[in-house]
Amino acid sequence: MIIAIIKESAPEEARVAATPASVKRLLALGFSVNVEKGAGIGANFTDQDYQQAGAKLCNNPQACLEKAEIVLKVQAPSLDELALIPSGATVIAFLKPAQEAGLLKEMAARNINALAVETIPRISRAQKLDALSSMANIAGYRAVIEAAHNFGRFFTGQITAAGKVPPAKVLVIGAGVAGLSAIGTAKSMGAIVRAFDTRAEVREQVESMGAEFLTVAVEEEGGGGGGYAKEMSKAFIDAEMALFRQQAKEVDIVITTALIPGKPAPKLWLADMVDSMAGGSVVVDLAAENGGNCDYTEAGQKVLKNGVKVIGYTNLPSRAAAQSSTLYATNLYHLLSDLTPQKDGQIHINFDDEVIRGATVVNAGEVTFPPPAPKIPVAAPSQKAETQVASKPAATKKKTSPLALCIYWLLAGGLLLALGRVAPADFVAHFTVFVLAIFIGWQVIWKVSHALHTPLMSVTNAISGIVVVGALLQVGGMASTLIMLLAFVAVLVASINIFGGFLVTYRMLKMFRR
Amino acid sequence: MNGIISMAYLFAAVMFILSLGGLSSHETARRGNIYGMVGMAVAVIATIAGINAGAYWLIAIAMGVGALIGILLARRVAMTQMPEMVALLHSFVGLAAVLIGWGGYLDQSKMLVGAAHVVHNSEIYLGIFIGAITLTGSLVAFGKLKGFISGKPLTLPARHWLNLAAVVATIVLAVRFIPADLSNTTLIDLSIMTAIALLLGIHLIAAIGGADMPVVISMLNSYSGWAAAATGFMLGNDLLIVTGALVGSSGAILSYIMCRGMNRSFVSVILGGFGSDGSVVAAGEVEGEAVATSFDELAADLDVADSVIIVPGFGMAVAHAQQAVSDLATKLVKAGKTVRFGIHPVAGRLPGHMNVLLAEASVPYDIVLEMDEINEDFSATDLVLVIGANDTVNPDAVEKPGSPIAGMPVLEVWKAGRVVVLKRSMASGYAGVANPLFYKENTRMLFGDAKESLQSVLGKLSAA
Repeated sequence: MIIAIIKESAPEEARVAATPASVKRLLALGFSVNVEKGAGIGANFTDQDYQQAGAKLCNNPQACLEKAEIVLKVQAPSLDELALIPSGATVIAFLKPAQEAGLLKEMAARNINALAVETIPRISRAQKLDALSSMANIAGYRAVIEAAHNFGRFFTGQITAAGKVPPAKVLVIGAGVAGLSAIGTAKSMGAIVRAFDTRAEVREQVESMGAEFLTVAVEEEGGGGGGYAKEMSKAFIDAEMALFRQQAKEVDIVITTALIPGKPAPKLWLADMVDSMAGGSVVVDLAAENGGNCDYTEAGQKVLKNGVKVIGYTNLPSRAAAQSSTLYATNLYHLLSDLTPQKDGQIHINFDDEVIRGATVVNAGEVTFPPPAPKIPVAAPSQKAETQVASKPAATKKKTSPLALCIYWLLAGGLLLALGRVAPADFVAHFTVFVLAIFIGWQVIWKVSHALHTPLMSVTNAISGIVVVGALLQVGGMASTLIMLLAFVAVLVASINIFGGFLVTYRMLKMFRR
Repeated sequence: MNGIISMAYLFAAVMFILSLGGLSSHETARRGNIYGMVGMAVAVIATIAGINAGAYWLIAIAMGVGALIGILLARRVAMTQMPEMVALLHSFVGLAAVLIGWGGYLDQSKMLVGAAHVVHNSEIYLGIFIGAITLTGSLVAFGKLKGFISGKPLTLPARHWLNLAAVVATIVLAVRFIPADLSNTTLIDLSIMTAIALLLGIHLIAAIGGADMPVVISMLNSYSGWAAAATGFMLGNDLLIVTGALVGSSGAILSYIMCRGMNRSFVSVILGGFGSDGSVVAAGEVEGEAVATSFDELAADLDVADSVIIVPGFGMAVAHAQQAVSDLATKLVKAGKTVRFGIHPVAGRLPGHMNVLLAEASVPYDIVLEMDEINEDFSATDLVLVIGANDTVNPDAVEKPGSPIAGMPVLEVWKAGRVVVLKRSMASGYAGVANPLFYKENTRMLFGDAKESLQSVLGKLSAA
């Protein structure tokens, strides 16, 4: 199939959906790749690079899209671009399916399939195609760079001949991928970093990046599934605001990254907090595109309020276009690789694959967004589901109906009664012991840990050498020579068992250590 | 005196139960073994005290020689040879049961009449039957594990009918033997039955493939217990009955666990023939090319990996690579990486075989996890090292319903970022099916002797 890569038409978009390196790998999957001239300029990839990687260059979007069967883009296609995409093709890009219902309908009407990279479920298996995380990582990094650029001081504290420089204090709100990336970047530049998140489970991650994790006294779990936070209660928000007001007086740089899926960004850094910050401080709002976490944020702008710079740039990844294009292109390669299990250059949109199902927003003329809810915040359950399916037949087979159970027990009881009728009393007593011993064995053995099965085997082996008792009795019985001889050999071999079995068990157990 | 002996037996029985109970955790396992020894010593001393002193010298010789052989065997055996050792020991129990049965039959000092006579005779009959099967079956299993006998299942034509005929003949003889008194006819009947049971033991186990050996060993373990219990009935000795029942149920449970580990029914294992007829189904259908890797590349992979899971199989035992594996794990842990071991329930040729080998090489047991504990973690793991495992990591078991091993729970190693398989060649495992894992995109093969390979890689690791 032919993949088309066109130059992004959106303003201030410097990224590109494929790099020369990813083109090479796509060709290896069996695709052919058309790249519009100049598509990679913003990210420092020349047309020549693409050509050398094996892509075919075309002069304009029309030529590029004319025969395209797959269109890789960063931003959603504009209406003009959409008109050029042939029907039956598949578009993969950041499509914002929740906001752009009209676009999805238009694509469905034109019979264009669409995969939105932002709806790829955030499960472990899909990490390699999680473009949102790739971009968030860059956004977090870039947020610190923008802050440093606009901040008039060093990040790191220094004692110089010209005087002492205090370290910058950075507060990161929201410890998702972007937040963690920002923490790491700020920390490596020498700042004192604090972080806040409503989800207690990220504490470890925050601390592992070297930041201090701030908490409020109100206990409430903020995890909302899929690695996002949920909206919090009034009491919690009040406590949170009090914490922020106090922090506002201390910190020099605030980076906010709080997003709640499907809702406008929560207002966390209010006007009075900005006002109480020292002059020269910087606020970088990564949620600007969704309304901003800060009251003063203006999307795409840098504004000065009471001496504090509030930065609301919307497309931070595009400001590091070479890096973000490389990561995004790799994510897309992995997605296509999952879509092309046969590596024959033919994609299959397989709805049984949770990841592909999640990403697909338009398929065969129908809007398939939203996908069935993702089951989980972590990866484990998806695999559990698989194992459950695998073990199901065995489980159903094992069920015994109550009637059958009744019959079994009646049979067993009948047999026992019959046996008791004919057997001598001596035997009955022994039999009682026997059956009870089996039940004890059953109870005890199930508790033996799996790792100790070999020692179990050798110890039971040694114990079953107890038959030596029978042989001893026969030897001592002073019967005929033949019996003595048989018993003698029996004692000998059973003794091998006893000594060998216990000793070997001892050797094994000695080796187990914590 | 009888009362004291009975109490001593009761004490021994309690000790045995505590002994098995002690194995429930690593902390109490050694204590459990000591309980077992104490119980055994008490039982033997009590028995000897109760019998005619004239036989002491005979007993001393028999037990002395037996002890000597047992101790030598136990000290000499390498941990990799544990399965053979256990199989051999089972055969001794079987032999002892047969001999005691015959002794009981020939002993006429106890004159029994009526129902008691019938019961006594059937106990003798049953004891010898089970003992004989255990004896030859264990010897065949020993031979297979040792390599004297081919691991391939022996599939005679009409083998099920042969088994059935043997069982029918045994029953017919039993009907004649049990009610009769000691005479030349019954002597012949019992001899024929013993011969049939011995042959049946050979045939039963010879028909079972090498891959099912863990089940066979635990099944024979169970048999040896039942043989001891039957002997106990014959002698009217409760200690033997209790012990036999404990060992018998232990072996039965282990067999069940092993069968579940392979998703096979017990009956199909007993009937044998696994890997002989099924292999045609899926072999050779695997497409793609296996990619070989080098020592340097693997060392580099290990250097960058944060989390590593090591999956050992029988190949590790064959190559005696456990020490090298342990050294590698230690080095990686020191470098701050998460290192764990994933053990399939049927890895190796004996239940728990891998655990013993790793313990021998001083791998801490709390990083050695079972399949169910670790299977979900593969997707979050950077690198999986498969060392001499094959069928237990075969993706066909979950992905291809038509495969002979379909439905067998396997370690899902292919979900990790990178899988490196250490293997001598591309040959298939005991189940005789091809393994598509080797052709997966994220799989690399490192051919050669596992021990030498690991030692070379160890030298090239930069992580100190």
